[in-house]
Parts: sequence; structure tokens; C-alpha cells
Amino acid sequence: MRRFADVARGVAWRSIHRFVTKPQFLLPSLIFPLFFFVAFAGGLSNVSNVPGFDFPSGYTAFQFVFVLLQASAFGGVFTGFSIAADFESGFARRMMLAAPNRLGILAGYAIAALTRAGIVGGLLFAVALATGMRVHGDGVDLFGLVVLALLVNVTATMWAAGVAMRLRTIQAGPAMQMPVFVILFLAPVYVPLDLLSGWIEAVARVNPYTALVEGGRELISGGAVRVWLVYGVAVALLAGFAVWGVRGLRRAESAG
Amino acid sequence: MTATNGIEVAGVVREFKNGPRAVDGIDLEVAPGEIYGFLGPNGAGKSTTVLMLTTLLPPTAGSARVAGHDIVRDGAAVRALIGAALQEAALDPLLTGRDHMRLQTTLQGLPKGRRRARGDELLERLGLADAADRKVGGYSGGMKRRLDVALALVHYPRVLFLDEPTTGLDPSSRSDLWNEVARLARDEGVTVFLTTQYLEEADVLADRVGIIDHGRIVAEGTPERLKAEIGRPSVEAIPAERSERDAIAAVLARFGAPVAASPGAAAVRLENGEDLVAVVRALDAERVRVADLQLHQPSLDDVFLAKTGRKLEADEEAAASEPAEAAA
Amino acid sequence: MSLAEQGAEMARRSILQTLRQPAMVIPPIAFPLVLMAVNVGGLQSATRLPGFPTDNYLNFAIAFPFIQGALFASINAGSSLARDVETGFMRRLALTPMQRAALLMGNLAGVMTVALCSSVIYLVVGFAAGLRFEAGVGGVLVLLALGLLIALAFASLGALIGLRTGSGEAVQGVFPVFFVLVFLSSNALPRELIEQDWFRAIATVNPVSYLFEGLRSLVIFGWDGEALALGFGVALAIALPAVLGASAALNTRLVRT
Repeated sequence: MRRFADVARGVAWRSIHRFVTKPQFLLPSLIFPLFFFVAFAGGLSNVSNVPGFDFPSGYTAFQFVFVLLQASAFGGVFTGFSIAADFESGFARRMMLAAPNRLGILAGYAIAALTRAGIVGGLLFAVALATGMRVHGDGVDLFGLVVLALLVNVTATMWAAGVAMRLRTIQAGPAMQMPVFVILFLAPVYVPLDLLSGWIEAVARVNPYTALVEGGRELISGGAVRVWLVYGVAVALLAGFAVWGVRGLRRAESAG
Repeated sequence: MTATNGIEVAGVVREFKNGPRAVDGIDLEVAPGEIYGFLGPNGAGKSTTVLMLTTLLPPTAGSARVAGHDIVRDGAAVRALIGAALQEAALDPLLTGRDHMRLQTTLQGLPKGRRRARGDELLERLGLADAADRKVGGYSGGMKRRLDVALALVHYPRVLFLDEPTTGLDPSSRSDLWNEVARLARDEGVTVFLTTQYLEEADVLADRVGIIDHGRIVAEGTPERLKAEIGRPSVEAIPAERSERDAIAAVLARFGAPVAASPGAAAVRLENGEDLVAVVRALDAERVRVADLQLHQPSLDDVFLAKTGRKLEADEEAAASEPAEAAA
Repeated sequence: MSLAEQGAEMARRSILQTLRQPAMVIPPIAFPLVLMAVNVGGLQSATRLPGFPTDNYLNFAIAFPFIQGALFASINAGSSLARDVETGFMRRLALTPMQRAALLMGNLAGVMTVALCSSVIYLVVGFAAGLRFEAGVGGVLVLLALGLLIALAFASLGALIGLRTGSGEAVQGVFPVFFVLVFLSSNALPRELIEQDWFRAIATVNPVSYLFEGLRSLVIFGWDGEALALGFGVALAIALPAVLGASAALNTRLVRT
């Protein structure tokens, strides 16, 4: 256990050190979600006036949740890019040779991803509040939203890590990114689920991500959260992709 | 000389903004059908000279005529009569060899009915027929270079410029390219202006060699004459025991003046008609034991050393991390 | 050899380059369509806003793939020319009698041929999904013409950047800037229905808004002279200096006496 913690700490420190000493590495994780926040909350706010759009905290908060979870998800994907780059440069092999417990490597990447997600999420929250976002959830609700965002982040990290460790090349970037992008956007992005119609409503209803987005919106607006559903889906996704990630690690090990 | 496929250069200079003179006043003449080797270390001004003579870079001063036309006033006429394979292979990785040929023959204005045949002929001649329909991105370095040369020959140029054509090639590819260049000059009368860092290449291929250093020609002539100017061969002895080095040096000193040698060895330039047999006899008489004894004929590197005070090959190693010669 | 023949040969090369890179063909066609489908599904309810000009969001959103396709054309044109500079292929071309204009024309023609094919696909998919085109057959042709002009404008911008910098990375680096311009416009809602004043002000000064509005006007309103004039005007205002700038940059790159 101690070896696992040592390895995880070492791997995490390396990544965290990089974006703490060179904040420009944080920029991509921050700029894209900020941009989408501005474009959606700013450009589409009138959508909240559509008959049947019933969200007490306003369109800014409505979009903030989507953007926060999007930032968390893409933060995980960016971690996957780093893992792929480490494999391509040979650094990952060095780590695998040195580490007494290789699961610690995966955990270390995840810890770094969580740290970055925390920083980015905090900055996003600050910007959203500065733009006048209304928050009707209480401290527990907000804590719950933070936990949800972090669960999404680790899930995405495990997904991307699994791809990166199987393909072990930076060319795998699109393979990590596109499925996440598709899952995110086949959910209630612009309006609540009830206002969707046609094929996208059908898809969004079966998309597990929908439960997370809707749940997050309930949390920020102080609404009735279906806790078991929301966190059940989040934990189930995390468990599934954690297996994917670990199996990816084993594949990388056996490839040498 | 105003022959239709020679080169005449008079006082050509190329200065770059806020930089040194890359070419500092060179004069040279290349006779029609001659292979002229332009030899020098990285940064000497070889590529800049080629860019000027191929009309891709105007000279700051001086004049030159290629294939009978002024390089500044009659650029288009010069280009119609020259072919060039420059330092980069300059190929499109997404096109096949045949695509390149089609493009080049079209742009060079070959009659429509001749284009395919000319392309196929050159691909066959340069050993690329089998790979003609593969994308160039998958070609080896040698194949790329051969395609580069083939493209330069599409319009039957009278003068061919080759800028370090065999850099990075394996010995077999290098040899193939040398054979083709020699054949072009010998059988088709093409004048070849070849820049190189490789002494062997200049030695084997060139009818005459010009050695350039810091933008100036420091020596010019046939390889044999240049080497003969330096003089006699040198002999180098590596002692069997390090402690015997001084004894060996003392013996060798009877046969000529000391010259630079490998670490731990002794070497002299033979004078007065002495030869290796005499040296062996002398060493044997003194009972000094020698691990190796070598006779070195003067090389173009020795010529460079004599003219510049440095070795060309040592310069290449030292300059390995310096930026490549200036372009446009 | 004529400029037209040289240009045709360079256009052929440009098309071959694109077709041989699946990443240059499939994403520019598929990605805009996927995004449009998501937007149509997600924002159909926005048509219930008072003043929304159509009851089918598809009629509103069909303009989006044309603009996004133009961005891809920009990247393709710029990357191709940057690669020619980086590999030294530009010098090879300089040694032939090829006229400079042929290289630029050919590169742009190739990219625009791909844009034209993409545009036809967008329209076919749109009609299959229920697009209602107010301006009729003539309007479709005008839409294609405007779409091509927009593609030319962005492709020329890409070419300018590719030739000035000689770097494929610099060309890729501009994509986010174009992306931002697309989203800070009236791409998702009509300008008069944008609630936030600051966003509406940005969309009003953003030339990309007029490109969207020009394209959409043919679908939703039929023949709206003002929208079309603005759309064509803005496209020309981008295209002309971009083409001239790219030509000037080419003169610098294709140095010969």
C-alpha cells in the first residue's frame, strides 16, 4: 500500500509541478470551457424564455453546469494526451520499470487530473459568479456538484488513459476526444430534457451523461436531486472506465 | 567563354541583412560537359552560390552567366536550360513518383504527347519504375534523392546543379547516384555543378574541384593537381608499446618533417624520394616494434588544411550543431 | 503553356492531396453535419420564441456547416502551402516556367472544389431531413455561389498565413481564432433575439454574422436583398484583401530573378 502511495505521489507531483510552475499548461483546459460558457450563456440566454423552460436559477447557471462538467471531462482527456506523449517519448516505460506498483502510476495521473480539474473548476466558478450567476443550492448542494464534477473528471481520465495505454501514441488524441465530445453533446446542452424532441430526445434519454448534467443543474438550483440515480450513474461509469483504464495499463505492461 | 552549357562567375557576392557575407566575391568557370565539384564545410557558402546560379537568389554584387544567359537579366532563359536538385529533396509526400513526373513535365511545358513517356523513361533510368505509383512519403532517402534528380532532368537541361546530393545516403545509393551523374556528363554532355562535403565524392566524380571557405574560393584545380601541390605522401607509425613512440619519431625524422598524427602515433611527410621500404628497414634496424605502419597519399582534406589551417573533416564534426547555410 | 493549364495541373495536385488524407475529407464533411444535427435537435424549441423567423430550426441551422466547412478549407489551403514552403517544394516550382498565379489559383481551386462537393452534401442531407428552401432552385444556386465565395475568403486567409509563416503549426494555431469568431455571432439565434446586449453588440460587428444571415436569408425568407448584399459584400471584403495578401506573400516566397 505504501509503495502504491509513493508511486502515485511521485507521478502526480511531476504533472502538478509542470502546470503549477508553468501556468500556460493550464490554459487550454481553461480557455475552451470559458469560451463555451461565454458563447452559450451569453448568446443563448433568450432560450430560457421558451415556454416550458422552467429553471429558477437562470440560464447562466443552467449553462455553467454543462460547462463545468465539460471542463472536467476534457481535463481528463488532456491527461490522456499527456499519458500518450509519455509513452511516445519513452518516459512511461522508464516509469513502469521503476515503479514497484504500477497501479500507482495510473492513480498518480488521476490525482494530477483531479488537481487540475479543481483549479480550473474553481476559476470557472469565480468567473461565473462575477458575471452574476445565481446559485440557489446550499453548501451541501454545491459540495455535491463539486463531487460530481470530480467523478466526471476521474471517469474521463480513466477512459483516456485506457486509450492512451493501448495505442501509446499522440495520434490517439482524436480517438480519446471525439467519443467524449459526442457523449457530451448528445445530452440536454441548450434546454432541459423535457424540451427536447425528435431523435435527440430519444438519444439523450438513454445517454447516462444526461443524468449527470440534469443532476448538476438540480444541485445548483437547489432542486430535488435524485441522489441515487445521479451518483449511482456517476460511480457506475467510474467503475466501468476504471476497469478499462487498468486493463489498458496491463496491455501496456505486456507490450513492454 | 560563351558556350551554351558552361558556367562563368565573376566577383559574385551575396550579403544578408545584418549578417556576414555568405559569398564573398567568387570567380570560377566551368567548361561545357565538365563535372565541377564545389567542396567546403557547412556554412562555407556552397548552397548560397547554388541558389544564386539557379536564379533563386539575386547576387548582391558581381555577375554570372549560366548556359550563356545572365542569371539576373535572363532568369527565365537560365531556368529553361538548367536542372537543379537542391539541398532539400523538395517532394510532396502525398503525391506518387508518377504524379511528380506528370506535374513536372507539365509545368516544364513538354508537349502533351511526350510527357508520360519522358516521365516513365526517367523513372526507369533512376531505378524507380517499381515504386512509381507509391506515395513519396513512403520512399527511402535514396529513392527520394533519385526522384529529385529525375525531376531535374525532365526537360533535358544542359547544366545540372546538385547541392549535396548524397548527404545521408547509404554507400550503395551513393554509388548509384555517382554512376548516373558520371553517365550524364560523359554520354549526354551535361555540365554538372556539384556541391559536396564529402572528399571522396569530389575525388571520384569531379573533373575539377573548387574549395570554398568563408565565402571565398581558396583552391581550384583537378583533384590530382591540388593534391600534388601539397606534395609527397606521409607515413604514420603506431608503436606496439607507448614507451617506444619517441624512438619511432626519432627514426622517422630522418625521412622528412613531422606532421600531425593520430594520438600516440608519429608521422612524417616523406621527402627526397624516400619510400616505405626504406622506412621499414630503418625501423627494423633500430629494433623498435611497430603495431601498424600506414602510407597516406595527400587528400583533399590535406589541401584544405594547407589552405585554411584547419581540416575539412574536423570542421564538419565541429559544425554539426551549427545552423545550415543561409537560404533566401 | 497557358496560365489555365498550369492552374489546372496545380488544382489537380491540390485535390489529390486532399483526397489522399482522409482526415482532410471526412471531418470537414461529417463534423459540421453532426454539430448541426445536435444543434437542430437541441434548439428546436427555440423556434417557439416570439419573433423566431421559422418553425423548423433546420432552416436556421443549415448555414452553419457552410461556414464551418469554410474554416476547414482555410486550414487545408494554408497547411498545404506551408508544407510546400517547409519541404522546399516551392523552390522546385520556382525553377519551372510556372506563373505564380497558377500556384495560388490551383491551390485555391482545389480547396474550393472540395468545398463545393461538401456544400452539395450538406444540402442533400438538409433536404432529406426536411429543409424548406424559400428561394427555390435559383436560391440554391445563389446559396452555393455565396458558400463558395465564403470558402474562397477563408481559404485565401489560410493561404496568406501559410505563405507568410511557412509553418503548418501557425496555420493550425489560427483555427481557434476563427472558431471563436463563428460562435460570437448570430450563428445560433437571430441577432434581434440575442438577449445580452454585449453579445448582440459583438455579433453586430462580427462580419461572420452577415455571412450566416446572407446564407440563411435564401432558405428562410427567399430573396432578401439587404441580407444578400451584406453577405456577398462581407465575403468579398474578406476575400479580396486575403487573395491580394496571399499573392504578395507568394511573391516573397517564390523568389527568382
